Amino acid sequence: MRILDEREKLLEIRNLKTYFYTEEGVLKAVDGVDLLLHSGETLGLVGESGCGKSVTSMSIMRLLPSPPGKIVDGKILFKGRDLAQLSQKEMRKLRGNDISMIFQEPMTSLNPVFTIGNQISEAILLHKDVTKREARRQSIEMLKKVGIPSPEKRIDDYPHQLSGGMRQRAMIALALSCDPQLLIADEPTTALDVTIQAQILELMNDLKKSYNMSIMLITHDLGVVAETCDTVAVMYAGKIVEYTDAKGLFGNPSHPYTWGLMNSIPRLDQNIEKLHTIAGVVPNPLDFPEGCKYNTRCPIADDKCLQQEAELQEIRKGHKVRCWHYERLEQLKKVH
Amino acid sequence: MLRYTLSRMLGLIPTLILVALISFFLIHLTPGDPAAVMLGVEATPERVANLRADMGLDQPLTVQFKDWVSSALQGDLGNSFFLGRPVAEALVERLPATFSLAVAALLVAVIIGVPAGIIAAARQNSVFDGSVMVIALLGISVPSFWLGLLLILIFSVGLGWFPTGGYVPISEGFVQHVKYLVLPAVSLGFMQAALIARMTRASMLEVIRKDYITTARSKGQSEFVVVTKHALKNIAISVLTVVGMAFGILLGGAVIVETVFAYPGVGRLVVQAVTRRDYPLIQGALLMIASIYVIVNLVVDLLYPLFDPRIKYE
Ligand SMILES: Nc1ncnc2c1ncn2[C@@H]1O[C@H](COP(=O)(O)OP(=O)(O)OP(=O)(O)O)[C@@H](O)[C@H]1O
Ligand SMILES: [Mg+2]
Repeated sequence: MRILDEREKLLEIRNLKTYFYTEEGVLKAVDGVDLLLHSGETLGLVGESGCGKSVTSMSIMRLLPSPPGKIVDGKILFKGRDLAQLSQKEMRKLRGNDISMIFQEPMTSLNPVFTIGNQISEAILLHKDVTKREARRQSIEMLKKVGIPSPEKRIDDYPHQLSGGMRQRAMIALALSCDPQLLIADEPTTALDVTIQAQILELMNDLKKSYNMSIMLITHDLGVVAETCDTVAVMYAGKIVEYTDAKGLFGNPSHPYTWGLMNSIPRLDQNIEKLHTIAGVVPNPLDFPEGCKYNTRCPIADDKCLQQEAELQEIRKGHKVRCWHYERLEQLKKVH
Repeated sequence: MLRYTLSRMLGLIPTLILVALISFFLIHLTPGDPAAVMLGVEATPERVANLRADMGLDQPLTVQFKDWVSSALQGDLGNSFFLGRPVAEALVERLPATFSLAVAALLVAVIIGVPAGIIAAARQNSVFDGSVMVIALLGISVPSFWLGLLLILIFSVGLGWFPTGGYVPISEGFVQHVKYLVLPAVSLGFMQAALIARMTRASMLEVIRKDYITTARSKGQSEFVVVTKHALKNIAISVLTVVGMAFGILLGGAVIVETVFAYPGVGRLVVQAVTRRDYPLIQGALLMIASIYVIVNLVVDLLYPLFDPRIKYE
């Protein structure tokens, strides 16, 4: 038995497929995703816009707009229970209680016509058997924990009376009000100023420790991943293409796409002319290419890649890659 | 808030002056001499001259307007030629009937329109949604007098459930009052229900896609509460606006339906005034209807902050 596997599995996604049945055809937003998230860890889910990160998280929450969205295959095992099989009624007991979510835009993710206190208490009253007064007390407590000054006053504020950073803190207070074991954060800092970003990430990190919860952090910012994540999954066109611990990813990116992503981060010590971006565009999810979905942009693709897609295989301990030629990538890395 | 209300009320004055101007000039825009037109072709020149003097038509226009406005401000809208009594009195007498009808029609419109719109949006593209949209389209295209005639045929002539027309004041018994109200209220309210349903559905569809709705769901809230609490309060302002507009229209626009149901409201009075060319009465009715419309709109505006904390009137 390896030590790696002794950690408790909190969320395990196996071959998840979520499709949208649109007028133009079947849109395979998530097309066979495998993920593993252990208790107390932060998993980063990275990838370009449109690769299916949000759809993956909405599938876990079972909050897909349906129609047109539908989970067509796969398992979402949360503490061993398959969420994909639960009824909406059963899911409602888990949402906000065991699994919570925060979103990109703190401006729009809080209801503008209800006070912060009303919105936090609502979650507490839904999941805990407490009086309104007690729910209010706990809401104030939560606001204090997320670092909102004079929470007794702020609790009666409406969202528009708070700044963006404060709103995101209030949103986090709401999400954590019932001690969830899993927090799904869908680009929680993208809409914020850089300094506020750092504060929010730090807050999430602290709360993760004190609540012993796990975080699934969706982002397209590799810098954020490096700072906060234990494990990283790189997603491309509805599939996971690389999955490993954060150190392994940055030390040794093994999928050409991950490598491309890393090269596209501007670095101060590099000349701008040498800045490398991935050529081409993300394939249309209504019409994915045959074989490996990255073959239209991959610098090392060959005939095999055009015909057949590789499995997600373990190339070294805890490091999985979906690529036929990950070894060839090493040579390319040397050239650059 | 008080200051805002007062300033808004002051702001109504230019609008009302404009309405007064239009009402006033109405009489002078019609071709020929109003007095002669009112008296008909067989009138003697003396009678015409007398009437002109009575109505002040022999005075210069500016004097006439000044007189008209200053008496209107004192509640004196002149005398109705055919009724032989003050216009204001005749209008005020008809107001309760029209008001009853407008309120009843508005109730019909809101009770049908708002829930239909909400449910249609919550079940977008369902059979229910489709039916609501088709019925709403019908409601907007079918003239209310036609619907009125149809209702009379079915429910009065056919089934005998309701009277074919007429009016019983509320003071003579609520049940009787309502009995006479039902059919005209439904014929009037149906079109407004259709407008309200479409508007409610459209606002709802917009709101239901917002992130905060997803947040509410992600708390574990039931779909019913998500819609009736989180979404509904966000569309309240749009709904309030159409409802206010509907009320304004209902108060002033029951002309044809009142005629179909022989309902003695302001609308029918206006029709009679128009056919008899009773200019003072037409002027007065126009002024009153426009004022009511403007006031209803103001009240709606002042209600906004109740539903949206982002709106504050200082
Ligand atoms: N309700 C929907 N109906 C149809 N297609 C949808 C719907 N929601 C998402 N999609 C499609 O699913 C695909 C994946 O979208 P998703 O929102 O998961 O991307 P993402 O990785 O979160 O991107 P971003 O970084 O921009 O948030 C996209 O092609 C998108 O157009
Ligand atoms: Mg997204």
